[in-house]
Amino acid sequence: MSEVFSKVNKSRRNLVIAVAAVPGAITGAAVVAPFVATLAPSERAKAAGAPVTVDVANIKPGEKLTVEWRGKVVWVMRRTPEQVAAMAAIPASQLTDAESKKSDQPGYVNAKTRSISPELMVMEGVCTHLGCSPTSKLTPGELGNDWPGGFYCPCHGSKFDVAGRVFTGSPAPKNLVVPPHMFAGTSLTIGVGQDGKEA
Amino acid sequence: MASTTPSMFTNPVLKWVDARFPLTGMIKEHLTEYYTPKNFNFWYYFGSLALLVLVLQIVTGIFLTMNYKPDAAYAFGSVEYIMRDVDYGWLIRYMHSTGASMFFIVVYLHMCRGLMYGSYRKPRELLWIFGMLIYLCLMAEAFFGYLLPWGQMSFWGAQVIVNIFSAVPFIGPDLAVWIRGDYSIGDATLNRFFAFHVIALPLVLLGLVAAHILALHEVGSNNPDGIDIKKNKDPKTGIPLDGIAFHPYYTVKDIVGVVVFLMIFTAIVFFMPEMGGYFLEYNNFVPADPLKTPAHIAPVWYFTPYYSILRAIPPLFGSQFPGVIGMGGATLIFFALPWLDRGAVRSIRYRGNLYKSFFAMFIVCFIVLGYLGVKSTDVWGQFGDWSVILDTKERATWVARVMTIGYFAFFFLMPWYTKADKTKPEPARVTMH
Repeated sequence: MSEVFSKVNKSRRNLVIAVAAVPGAITGAAVVAPFVATLAPSERAKAAGAPVTVDVANIKPGEKLTVEWRGKVVWVMRRTPEQVAAMAAIPASQLTDAESKKSDQPGYVNAKTRSISPELMVMEGVCTHLGCSPTSKLTPGELGNDWPGGFYCPCHGSKFDVAGRVFTGSPAPKNLVVPPHMFAGTSLTIGVGQDGKEA
Repeated sequence: MASTTPSMFTNPVLKWVDARFPLTGMIKEHLTEYYTPKNFNFWYYFGSLALLVLVLQIVTGIFLTMNYKPDAAYAFGSVEYIMRDVDYGWLIRYMHSTGASMFFIVVYLHMCRGLMYGSYRKPRELLWIFGMLIYLCLMAEAFFGYLLPWGQMSFWGAQVIVNIFSAVPFIGPDLAVWIRGDYSIGDATLNRFFAFHVIALPLVLLGLVAAHILALHEVGSNNPDGIDIKKNKDPKTGIPLDGIAFHPYYTVKDIVGVVVFLMIFTAIVFFMPEMGGYFLEYNNFVPADPLKTPAHIAPVWYFTPYYSILRAIPPLFGSQFPGVIGMGGATLIFFALPWLDRGAVRSIRYRGNLYKSFFAMFIVCFIVLGYLGVKSTDVWGQFGDWSVILDTKERATWVARVMTIGYFAFFFLMPWYTKADKTKPEPARVTMH
């Protein structure tokens, strides 16, 4: 045995191993790729993400409509004048991102009210922490004396004002997301922006 | 091996097998001539019990798949069908759901034993690592399995856990979509979780369990004294003086443990399978509703210490990634244990007060974090008006933060306190208590 081993040309053997291993590894990666790709959303799942249209004419002040878009909760709410006043009165120091600089919303919404007009709010009801749907706590004082009204996430206690801006001390890092949306009269389309861009 | 070990059988069929398969060799190596320390105590039941629960989970799981439908439209209904219409379906289902929680109880006690007696110390580092991989695999198995009944907690629990991955910088959101196979938790997610739960992970789990047992039998079992029984061998036979054969001595002992375990297990299955909402959460008897999060959501009890850590760590630079790192780190740091411990002795019996204090603190932190994880963050109310300087008023959040620091201090300070500890001398031979 040892005699045979001593006659082995090691550098040639290593070359042959390398020549076999490199294409082998590339082939292996090429075989793994389609398996990985099967886990991505299928064409059917992608097609199901089409825009949703709703009529907002019948939403009265203070009422909130829940719409499903791409499996996500989207709230359409007509804020009362009191709510609009209350959210404008919140000091910026109590909010993590009062001017919505680090948060996600289309460029055509106001950075503070986070809506196109101050009254009509279109917002993803999905907490930016871990994706639970916050519950409405719209009555001032509902969560302690200084509560101006807003939304409360039951999972980890994140608090948002009626503009979806997150209060400091909440685990959620950003304000609630405003999806691309556009109005044509009283018809609201979620998924296509005022600027014509699709999500 | 077949050719070298003389057959232990007189039965001609077994003799025939033995000439073609190392049956005698395997029985001797792993059972009748595997020498185990004779001073095993109560804490040494949980390894074999974990194996028993694994078998129970596999058998009940196979029978559940015969009636379960991994389809978002039918999953919830098919579980209720198993519970109501399939003969003894309720029994199989409750055995499986109770088995999941019992698996974690047994594994936590098994790990606690390893911590107390220093079973992770050299030469058992790899044995410990295999064990930790089993633990991670088990957590993944439990998480995937929990989605299958497609109740409210299944849905929102999966929503939260998958979204944890979207906190990963840069690739996070795409990664979460890839895991779900859709833009939200849906049919595609359920289908793939089913595949992971019933095929992929059980195969990995079985392989890891085999590696764990092989590694154990290679280095030999530790014992409550933490001393090496191989140092004192009978000069004639080469058998450790403090060792006894695994079979029949410990197989018989373990049967006693199995009987007691099954008494507790069956009592739960028959009389309190939901365990007050801890083994089966009440919200999970409501079908999944993607538009409505339940008012109070919490993971099943065995995940809550880590969940508390996730919740306690505040976001940094507009990212919740620190909390995710904290939670992941809390599970992964166990892997480093063999290299963090610099103590002169293995077992807690001969450690000093310094180690014992840190160990007690760790257990308290783990349990308190676990308790807080099943409660909402305002469980202990809020601090008064002076708390404006704090980023959150909730008392429980602050307690969880202190406990998180305690949890990590046990590991990060271990190189220091195990070395500084005043240990007692180990005995030469094992002691019987």
